[in-house]
Amino acid sequence: METRKIEIPVMADLFARGEKPEYLFWVGCAGAYDDRYKKVARAFAKILVHLNVSFAVLGKEETCTGDPARRAGNEMLFQMQALQNIELFKAYEVKKVITICPHCYNTFKNEYPDLGADFEVISYIDILNKFIDEGKLSINTDKFKNAKITYHDPCYLGRANGIYEQPRAILKKLGGELVEMERNRSFALCCGAGGAQMFKEAEHGNKEVFLERMDDVLKVDPNIIATACPFCMTMMTDGIKYKNQEEKMRNLDIAELIAESLNL
Amino acid sequence: MTKQIVFAIALLVTIGVFAYTISRIIRFFMLTRKGFAVNKLGKRLWVTLEVAFGQTKIFRRPVIGLMHALVFWGFCVILFGSIEMVIDGLFGVEKSLSVLGAFYNFMMATGDIFALLVAISIVVFLIRRVFLHIKRFEGIEMKKISHIDANVALSIILVLMLSLMGMNAAYLKWVELAGHEVHGVYPVSQHLTWLFIGMSVDTVFTHYQIYWWTHILLIFLFANLLPYSKHFHVFMSVPNVFLSRLEPLGKLPNMDNVTREVKLMMDPNAAFAAPATDAPIERFGVKDAEDVVWKSYFDALSCTECGRCTSVCPANITGKKLSPRKVMMDLRARMKEKGPMMLKNGRDYTDGKSLVRDYISEEELWACTTCNACAQECPINIDHPKLIVDMRRYLVMEEGSAPGELKAMFNNIENNGAPWQYSPEDRLVWAKDLEVNVQ
Repeated sequence: METRKIEIPVMADLFARGEKPEYLFWVGCAGAYDDRYKKVARAFAKILVHLNVSFAVLGKEETCTGDPARRAGNEMLFQMQALQNIELFKAYEVKKVITICPHCYNTFKNEYPDLGADFEVISYIDILNKFIDEGKLSINTDKFKNAKITYHDPCYLGRANGIYEQPRAILKKLGGELVEMERNRSFALCCGAGGAQMFKEAEHGNKEVFLERMDDVLKVDPNIIATACPFCMTMMTDGIKYKNQEEKMRNLDIAELIAESLNL
Repeated sequence: MTKQIVFAIALLVTIGVFAYTISRIIRFFMLTRKGFAVNKLGKRLWVTLEVAFGQTKIFRRPVIGLMHALVFWGFCVILFGSIEMVIDGLFGVEKSLSVLGAFYNFMMATGDIFALLVAISIVVFLIRRVFLHIKRFEGIEMKKISHIDANVALSIILVLMLSLMGMNAAYLKWVELAGHEVHGVYPVSQHLTWLFIGMSVDTVFTHYQIYWWTHILLIFLFANLLPYSKHFHVFMSVPNVFLSRLEPLGKLPNMDNVTREVKLMMDPNAAFAAPATDAPIERFGVKDAEDVVWKSYFDALSCTECGRCTSVCPANITGKKLSPRKVMMDLRARMKEKGPMMLKNGRDYTDGKSLVRDYISEEELWACTTCNACAQECPINIDHPKLIVDMRRYLVMEEGSAPGELKAMFNNIENNGAPWQYSPEDRLVWAKDLEVNVQ
C-alpha cells in the first residue's frame, strides 16, 4: 500500500493566497495538546483529506473557546475569549465550523450567538454521519465485524444538544455488535470531567465518577468503548487502566474507528 | 340560607388568606433579578401540554410515573366537580352544572373513577414512604419535617378522595330514597351505596352533607397550607413548566453586565462613548437569595423534593456533597429567612449570612460537572446547573475564590490561550508527519 504525505491547510496561508475553504476545522485545545486526543485530530483530518473536503485549521491563531472558564464561573475570561474568537472568525469570513470537541461545539453553537457570532457549527459526528448517509464515506465493515462496541454518551453532545442517534448510526455501520450500557442516551452517566472538573481534583467523595461509569462498561464487557469527547476519552482510558482492562478493551474515538476501518 | 352564609364566609376567608400569602410571595419575587423575557408563547404552550399535562418527564420512571400521572390527571378532572361545589355552596343549589348535560355526565364519571385511582396511588405512595426505604427520599437535606410534610399532604389527599367517593355514594342513595332525579354518572360510587342501606332519607342526607362539607373545607384548608409547604408544587409546577428555559440544556445564559465590562476593556474608547446609566451596580453572580433571577426562585418554589435530580447526579452518586435538590431547597429556605427582613428593612438589609457558604458550601458548588442530568430528569424543568454556575460566578468574579487548579487553568487560558500550559506555537504539532494510505 502506498502512502501520501499530507499537509494540513492553515487559514492564514489560504487567505493570503486568496482562497477560502468551505469549513474551518476547529481542533480545540485537547486536539492540539493532549497526546491521546491529537490522534483523534489526526484521524479526523485524514478522513477530511480522504474525502477531499475543503477545510483549514487556524493553527497557532486558534485559542480556547473559553468553555471551561465559563463553567468554572469566570464569565469575564470566557467573554474575552469569545469576543476574540468571533473577531478572528469574522476576519476570515468563517461560515461553517466543524468541532471534534462537544464542549467547543456547545459553546460555539449555543453561547457565542449571544455575543454576536454568526456562523454554522457542525459536530464532527454530524458531518461524518452525513457523509455516510450521502454515500460519500463508505465504511469498511471487515475490521470491526467481531468487535463488541459500547458507546459512552458525552453530556455535551447528548443531553446538552440532543445528539444521541447519529453516533449510534455510525457505530452500527462498523459491522460489529453495538451494546448499550444500562445508563445510555439521556440517562447516561457523566464521565466526571465536564464543568471544568477536568482541570481539578474531584471533591471528596467515596468513589470517582469515571470508576462508577467503568462499572457500567464492565457490565456489558465490550472490546471497544467508543467515545466522542476528549474529556470522556481521558476518563474512560484512565478507567480501563484502573480496572486493569488494557488487555481486554480499547477506548477509541468514533473518528478513529472510521479511520481505522478505512485503513487510512 | 345558613349553609350559604357559612359557605360564603369560609370561601372569603380562604381567598383572603390565600391572597395575603400570594402577595407576600410576589413581594419576594420583586426582590429577585430580571431574567429572560417570556416570549414564544406557542412553543411554551406546547411544552406545557407535553411536559405538564402529558407528564412526559415523570414517565422516565414508568411505574411510579404512571401513579403520579394518575394523581395529576385526577386533580384536573376533579377540579370540575370542585368548581361546581363552590357554585352550589354559594347559591344554595344542587348539582348546578348538570345543565351541561352529557358533558356533565362525562366529567362526573371520570372524576368518580379518578377519585378511586388517585386514592389507590396515594395509598401506594404512603406505603412507600412509611414502610419502604426509598433512597431517593433520603439525603442530608431531607429532615424529619420534609417527611412529615409529605405524609400530611398525602393523607389530606387521601381523605379528599374518600370523602368525594362517600359524597357521591350518599348522593346516589339519597336521590334514590327521596325519589329525585339523578344528575351525573358515578361508575365507582354506585357500588358503594350499600354503605347506607337501612338508613332513613334524612340520615343519608346528613351523611351526604357531612362528606360534602368535609371535602370542600379540606380543599380550602389544603389550598392555604400548600404555599407553606413543599407542596406549593401543586400550584407552581404547571406555570413553572410554561416558564421553562427553551434553549438547549447546554446553554448558559450570557451575563450582559460582563459583556459591557469586557467591551470597555477591549476598546477603551468605547468608555467615553458609553452613556452613563443610573442603574445600580449589579453583583456579578449569585451570593444570596436576592441575587437570583426570578426564574431560579420560581424553580425553588416549584420543587417538591422528589429527588429525581439528586438520584442521577454523578457527584451525588459518588458520595460528594452536592445534591441539586438541596440547592433548590436552600434557596427557598434562605428567601424565607431573609425575604421578610428585606421587605421590612429595605433591600440593603443584611443579617451577616448568605446563601453561598451559610447554606451552600463551596465544596458543593465545585463538585458539579454541569452534565445536566439533574435538569434533564426534573419532571418540571427546573434548571439547577444555571443556579450552581451563577454561584460559581459570584465566587470567582467577586471574591476571586476558586480551587487553585482552576485559577491555574484561568491563567493558562489568559496567557496561552489553552487550559494547559503549552505554547500557542505548538498548536500544529499534531499535524506533523501526517500520512494517509492510498488505496
